[in-house]
Amino acid sequence: MTAITTRKLAGLAAGVALGLGASGAMAGDLTVGMVVTLSGPPAALGKQIVDGFQLALDQKGGKLGGQTVKLVVQDAELKPDVARQKATELIERDHADFVVGTVFSNMLQAIFKPVVTSKTFLISPNAGPSTFAGKNCNPYFFVTSYQNDQNAEVSGMIANQEGFKNAFLMVPNYQAGRDNVAGFKHTYKGKVTGEAFVPLGSKDFSADLAKVATSGSDTLFTFMPGGMGVGLVKQFAAAGLKSKVKFLSVFTTDETTLPAQKDDAIGALAAGNWAPDLKNPASEAFVAAFEKKFGYIPGGYAMQAYDTAMLIDSAVAKVGGNMSDKAAVRKALEAADFTSLRGAFKFSNNHYPVQNFYLLGVAKNDKGQYYTSIQREVVKDYGDSFHAQCKM
Amino acid sequence: MRDRSLLVAGGIFALLLIAPGVLDATGQAYLTGLLMKAMLLAIAAMALDLLVGQGGMISLGHSAFVGIGAYVLAIGLAAGIENILVLLAIALAVAGSFALVTGALALRTSGVYFLMITLAFGQMAYFTLTSLAAYGGDDGLTLWSLATLFGSNVAQNAGHIYLVILAVLVATWWLVHRIGQSRFGRVLRAARDNPERAAVMGFSVFRYRLTAYVIAGMIASVAGLLTAQQNEFVSPALATWQHSGDLLVILVVGGLGSRNGALLGALFIVAAQEALGAVLPEWRLIYGPLLVGVVLFAKGGLNSLLAPGTAGPGR
Amino acid sequence: MSFTLFLIQCLNGLQYGTMLFLIAAGLTLVFGVMGFINLAHGVQYMVGAYLAFAYLHLTGSFWIAALLSMVTALVFGLALEFLVFRHLYGRDHLDQVLATFGIILFLNELAKVIFGPATLSIPVPELLSGSIPLTAELRYPVYRLATIGAGIAVAGLLYIVVSHTRVGMLIRAGATTPQMVSALGVNIERLFMIVFGVGAMLAGFAGVIAAPIFAIEPGMGDNILIVAFVVIIIGGIGSIRGAFLAGLLVGLIDTLGRSLATMATASVFPPSMADQIGPALASMLIYILMAAILIFRPKGLLPAKGAA
Repeated sequence: MTAITTRKLAGLAAGVALGLGASGAMAGDLTVGMVVTLSGPPAALGKQIVDGFQLALDQKGGKLGGQTVKLVVQDAELKPDVARQKATELIERDHADFVVGTVFSNMLQAIFKPVVTSKTFLISPNAGPSTFAGKNCNPYFFVTSYQNDQNAEVSGMIANQEGFKNAFLMVPNYQAGRDNVAGFKHTYKGKVTGEAFVPLGSKDFSADLAKVATSGSDTLFTFMPGGMGVGLVKQFAAAGLKSKVKFLSVFTTDETTLPAQKDDAIGALAAGNWAPDLKNPASEAFVAAFEKKFGYIPGGYAMQAYDTAMLIDSAVAKVGGNMSDKAAVRKALEAADFTSLRGAFKFSNNHYPVQNFYLLGVAKNDKGQYYTSIQREVVKDYGDSFHAQCKM
Repeated sequence: MRDRSLLVAGGIFALLLIAPGVLDATGQAYLTGLLMKAMLLAIAAMALDLLVGQGGMISLGHSAFVGIGAYVLAIGLAAGIENILVLLAIALAVAGSFALVTGALALRTSGVYFLMITLAFGQMAYFTLTSLAAYGGDDGLTLWSLATLFGSNVAQNAGHIYLVILAVLVATWWLVHRIGQSRFGRVLRAARDNPERAAVMGFSVFRYRLTAYVIAGMIASVAGLLTAQQNEFVSPALATWQHSGDLLVILVVGGLGSRNGALLGALFIVAAQEALGAVLPEWRLIYGPLLVGVVLFAKGGLNSLLAPGTAGPGR
Repeated sequence: MSFTLFLIQCLNGLQYGTMLFLIAAGLTLVFGVMGFINLAHGVQYMVGAYLAFAYLHLTGSFWIAALLSMVTALVFGLALEFLVFRHLYGRDHLDQVLATFGIILFLNELAKVIFGPATLSIPVPELLSGSIPLTAELRYPVYRLATIGAGIAVAGLLYIVVSHTRVGMLIRAGATTPQMVSALGVNIERLFMIVFGVGAMLAGFAGVIAAPIFAIEPGMGDNILIVAFVVIIIGGIGSIRGAFLAGLLVGLIDTLGRSLATMATASVFPPSMADQIGPALASMLIYILMAAILIFRPKGLLPAKGAA
């Protein structure tokens, strides 16, 4: 059963319930609810997460940990109140055993409290804000992606190692943007030649790029996800900066934006925890199966969702499908006893990952498709810097 | 025909009162969340109707007051104020002052210019909220502790916030209804239909309109405060112009300037979005044309379908 | 800020301003002449960009794609007018807002269903792909200069049509006293259709020239629509001259304001606070500008006389 039809059935049940007050959806052995953004421009990220999870589920014959899975996918619509309502429905209507979400930190903020206070396990396949990594860490909350600052911190290390001395920082003016600037500065030892906080959703960066050009910088560090990244990379190339300034970024040149950035992104550097050409058998098999099924190259979002499914699979198998003993389930999740597509993977005490990070470039295959490509490992078993404040 | 609109309102309130019990008994308790969302939207929309329906002042900055109410709760709680009545008083004072200042400036214009200048003030409030990094900035803030009523959790999800919201809804409905019937309401409508004549008759149109603007802003801040308390979360998204637009959509769909328009509109919009969204991921392909259809084929909104001829006072 | 940097910022402001003007021109005429609030105007911009993408893939030539896109945008606008909008002319402004809002939701979703949710882009046409050096380290893309030129050319053309032709005279008359024009026996419906179609085509044209620089995605017209409304309100509803002036003003203030606001707040507040206040202030600038202008000139800078 595909994600869409599962959703439709659940939806029909809800529709009927609204109209007639009939009883809710039929309970499966194991219910996984998903809250991701599937509308608006960032829908591409949410789609990767749904596809990645679905692939894992299909490969396991619709079962995780031996239990038949009912997957209910909900669209957060990038509206906090909608995300919260959908999460509440997953808990109260579907009695979800796991809620998987979200793509964005602000959506995670909205659903966090209702999910964890209902003692339902919340696993984030992408958003990893510092908010829940330190003193607000929670026994019911796990992150399979990264802590938001990590990629920026690794970028700072890359800049140091590659000998970039003068970096200009450009991010959108919101929390994740500011976190990335803080993360980069945390590890970067060179000089910061300037900072630009552009309005969220900006499409025209030429004014800021002019500042980059005149500031005597040898590097531009940026975090510009989605359509903003497409605009920035194209305009960076058009302004003739590619030959003079290194483009170093996080979540700006990835598998969701490269199809639009094309050759303009060649030469761009990025920090990341994975790339589709990572040399390990599990990852290679995943990429091949994913491309065959969905027709596009998976990015980190899909990989993290696949890992999330495998994590659930390992934990449910460990407790023999008995979800009522929450402490046992938590212990099983904490063990992270699954083969991550990233290779080495474990949880820190705050349930955020400890993993390797790589320097990524951009490559083009013989079919003309663009993808991120691993150039070298930057740091091994890297954890986040907030875990010491977490009392777990 | 007056009675029929009272009957409709009474019926809705009675249904809302028994809804949690019925839903609980049938295992549909999660739907109370949707009902609370609809009621909170209805409160803010009723306040807006005082401006738009009765006063003829189309505001696209109404959500700023919702945002103010929500952030007063969040910031007040962070500062250690826990009594919801104290927080309410602060919210009313802040929203009232903001309305007084922006209203006095905005009312120098009228018509679509009024719409745009209220949008401008709304955007200023929105961007201010997004810059409050100490309170989460764009990401918003989870409220780990909630406001109490003299130490009791009556006004929380763990208590009876549903009933509190319903009570505020009924009170707001009654208040807007009374204002509509009062001399104040009649002057407001006279100024809507013909400002010059109202002025010639010796009324300060500006003062009446400004008073309505302040009242509407204060009521909206109550909706905002309760929204934050119920969601246990605040975010600048509450103050976006799109949210103001949603409130206008509710009014037009429900029936502008009619007694039950805001109530019917809010219930309908929330139910329609939920039901369509549940059936089809691309639900906007149906919802969009549905809105167009309402405009083209259901003049006067849902209110005139349910209770024909009872368009609100003076309409 | 060095002089060259300032110059570049001004060019960018001009470019943004002319783009805003192309969108605002149709909006202000439709509003001024027909008294019709068309929120779906921003969607025409998105439609133009997607059409350019689709036609480029079919034909392989940017120029043919641009031409076909404009023709299609015109036809599309006329179809919308015929199917929906003409039933709304006499209606309350709020009814118009709701119906056109419904159309936005529908078309944004449709774009996502047809083209997928991911961001798309098209390359800058070969002929205009270079950049010219301003100083040793600063270059300015030719394509951007070309868009400024195209915007100003369209503005000039519109000005000539509106002030020196019979149709233009009717449009001006319609914007000031609509009742009089129809009383004089002019076919007002045809006039409306012409104005509407041209407005839709101009917004589509803006979408086409934006496509190679900015990202093409569902909902790309929504934010620019609000800014376009700010432009026509500042300029005065129904006034082409006003829209042009206000477009440039908003474009320049928004672009220059980004650096100036940060610099200004940095001189008043400590750096950590300035980082937060500066960008928020920069985002607010055009709204502050609009509010200030409306407080002192409640009908905008250059109102078409007597327009609503």
